[in-house]
Amino acid sequence: MKMKTLMLGGAAFAMTATAAMAEDMTIVSWGGAYSASQKAAYHDPYAAKEGVNIINDESSAEAVAKLRAMSEAGNTTWDVVDVVAADAIRLCDEGLAMEIDADTQLADAPDGTKASVDFGDLLVSECFIPQIVYSTTFGYRKDLVGATAPTSVCSVFDTAAYPGKRSLEKRPINNMEWALMCDGVAKADVYDVLATDEGQSRAFAKLDTIKDDVIWWSAGADTPQLLADGEVIMGSTYNGRLFALIEEQKQNVGMLWDGQVFDLDGWIIPAGLSDERKARALDYVKFATDTQRLADQAKYISYGPARASSAPLVGQHATLGIDMAPHMPTDPNNAKNTLLYNYGFWADYRDDIDAKFQAWLAK
Amino acid sequence: MSNTETVLASDGSSLKQSLARSLRRQKIRALLLIAPLLLFVLLTFIAPIVDMLFRSVENSIVQETLPTTVVELASWDAESGNPPSEAVFEALARDLKVAVASKSHTRLGSRLNYEQTGVSSLFRQTGRQIKKLDLEATPSFKDAFEKMNKRWLEPEVWTVLQAFSGKYTDGYFLAAADLTRGADGIEVVPEDEKIYFKLFLRTLQMSMTITIMCILLGYPIAFLLATLPLRSSNMLMILVLLPFWTSLLVRTSAWKVLLQQQGVINDFLVWAHIVADDNRLELINNVTGTVIAMTHILLPFMILPLFSVMKTIPPTYMRAAKSMGANDFTAFRRVYFPQSIPGIGAGSILVFILSIGYYITPEIVGGTKGVFISNRIAYHISSSLNWGLGAALGAILLVVVLALYWMYDKFVGIDNVKLG
Repeated sequence: MKMKTLMLGGAAFAMTATAAMAEDMTIVSWGGAYSASQKAAYHDPYAAKEGVNIINDESSAEAVAKLRAMSEAGNTTWDVVDVVAADAIRLCDEGLAMEIDADTQLADAPDGTKASVDFGDLLVSECFIPQIVYSTTFGYRKDLVGATAPTSVCSVFDTAAYPGKRSLEKRPINNMEWALMCDGVAKADVYDVLATDEGQSRAFAKLDTIKDDVIWWSAGADTPQLLADGEVIMGSTYNGRLFALIEEQKQNVGMLWDGQVFDLDGWIIPAGLSDERKARALDYVKFATDTQRLADQAKYISYGPARASSAPLVGQHATLGIDMAPHMPTDPNNAKNTLLYNYGFWADYRDDIDAKFQAWLAK
Repeated sequence: MSNTETVLASDGSSLKQSLARSLRRQKIRALLLIAPLLLFVLLTFIAPIVDMLFRSVENSIVQETLPTTVVELASWDAESGNPPSEAVFEALARDLKVAVASKSHTRLGSRLNYEQTGVSSLFRQTGRQIKKLDLEATPSFKDAFEKMNKRWLEPEVWTVLQAFSGKYTDGYFLAAADLTRGADGIEVVPEDEKIYFKLFLRTLQMSMTITIMCILLGYPIAFLLATLPLRSSNMLMILVLLPFWTSLLVRTSAWKVLLQQQGVINDFLVWAHIVADDNRLELINNVTGTVIAMTHILLPFMILPLFSVMKTIPPTYMRAAKSMGANDFTAFRRVYFPQSIPGIGAGSILVFILSIGYYITPEIVGGTKGVFISNRIAYHISSSLNWGLGAALGAILLVVVLALYWMYDKFVGIDNVKLG
């Protein structure tokens, strides 16, 4: 299609300017403290070792749409992209990410364990190289929740015991699961129930009970801000954001680990790179996801390394000097009641349930 | 009686011809002068829009991915409730073998998942298993597919495949109008999935409210600007333009700090005992928040055209009216106001059309009740990747705006709009 070329040509033209140099490498990530942790743990050591110039692009939130546009324009300017696992699956489905063979293209653990075993179940897509395990969980204002601090995720739905606003993410994922679990559905049955129209109605009915008390967020920084301002008494967000709020900014906020939902974040390499760039990207990814590097990242941010072999190497925070292990979502004390993001289910039901969710919100 | 003799120009040709020639030359020169701009607009504005709108009906992916299956499936009777014939299954197996090699089967799966939940994983799963299938040594393709996934024997998947096998589809436009193609033709989607009509209506209503707010707030300021002495009016003008020099995101976030329940305005009201501490006003994450923030952001677009029109109204007119016995109010109402209407018209069009397409501000301060249709379009473009539906929504929005513009022209007259 000619029009397509015309349209995307303009965008591509603007981007070629940044991708011209051979030893430049564009790595896309989320920005903020997360990018900073990657820079310290991966980019700086790699750049020092190989002498490449790493350019940080903070576009991960729109990575799927942008990669699709770049691929249609026939000019992909990104070399390595950090995405959540659900996006990696979609990119793989769309043929926009290249397949990786973990055993031949990634580093083995120091004791010789194959990468595919070391990552284990976390290799949720052929194109995805897991980097961290993070969780979406709740934080609460210690001074605003009354005498008894919440210990269960169902406190979110208990407006009698915990009156006040709470913040939830403006999407069905996670909220529907929590609603069903707190409506008496066993954890093992959540997705079977959610696959039916009745189950979806049941989840919406549960959410209806707190609808007037919810502030909906769409950026990860919203809930920490709302908690700090006292706008909400509790709210969901990524555990690393809460760690920063509690340990770095010393806010009067507590962690509610119960019912946390694990999710993965990691690398993909866009499909259709030139051989040179592909080799460079693969080399980078192999370096950045080895056992030591993944453990290093946990010095800067409280997300769990995706390799089993990295866990024992997690040490202290680089500037605060506190032990990071108890702040990992995967720590046994924190992981008593957890869910894992169900990629297969949401790939199928996302469009359908999201339409209903948006209609429900607008009601 | 009339003079039929042709008037000749100096070179002997008829004057009419020569005039036409020189006019044409002028036109060509004018065209050449604007050609770079025209080309630029065509390439970077019109072409992308046309391309994007085309996506709202484009549907060649089904035919391209499953070329023989589509042909074989055409004769299948969806009403029968039976799975299609062995020939269709065989065609599907052969098409999928090819598709899997280029990974296009999963793309088709995500495309069809918009129409039928579950197709995405069905194609992904089947794609993985079809690699192991030996086409020459398969006695029954139907059984083979049944073994891969029982859903292949259910008519739902096939109905969708058949309904969307054309090169073009009206499916996206139907979805954008809260309609769907059911068993008995086009029908309205269930109540719990209706959203787009509501959002379109809300977008228009809120844009109208914002425009009226802008008129109410902007008119006195523009009047002041136009009548104050130059020195103080310049100062005021800078205040009007100041927001333009601040980032949109910063301004919107500032409203958050002001409007939230523990924010500056509520704190002040509680301190002044106007509202109770446990009954703070909800000024943000709802319609109020969007209207306040957007009125503020769009106000300059109302003030500036109003100001430039008011600047051209001679103050002597008001004095003349007063000298003939009109009081201040009558002079304003009968003499000044009618002359400022073209400015209101221009400002209203600007503000209304800008606000219809806004999405960052509603996203940040609108909560759930204060978001626009543009927020859904943005969602479909960048998040759900359903570009077809996003394009259909965009096309409808474009048509609505053009229709409103036409109505405006018919009732108010576009000639009555002045930018100064």
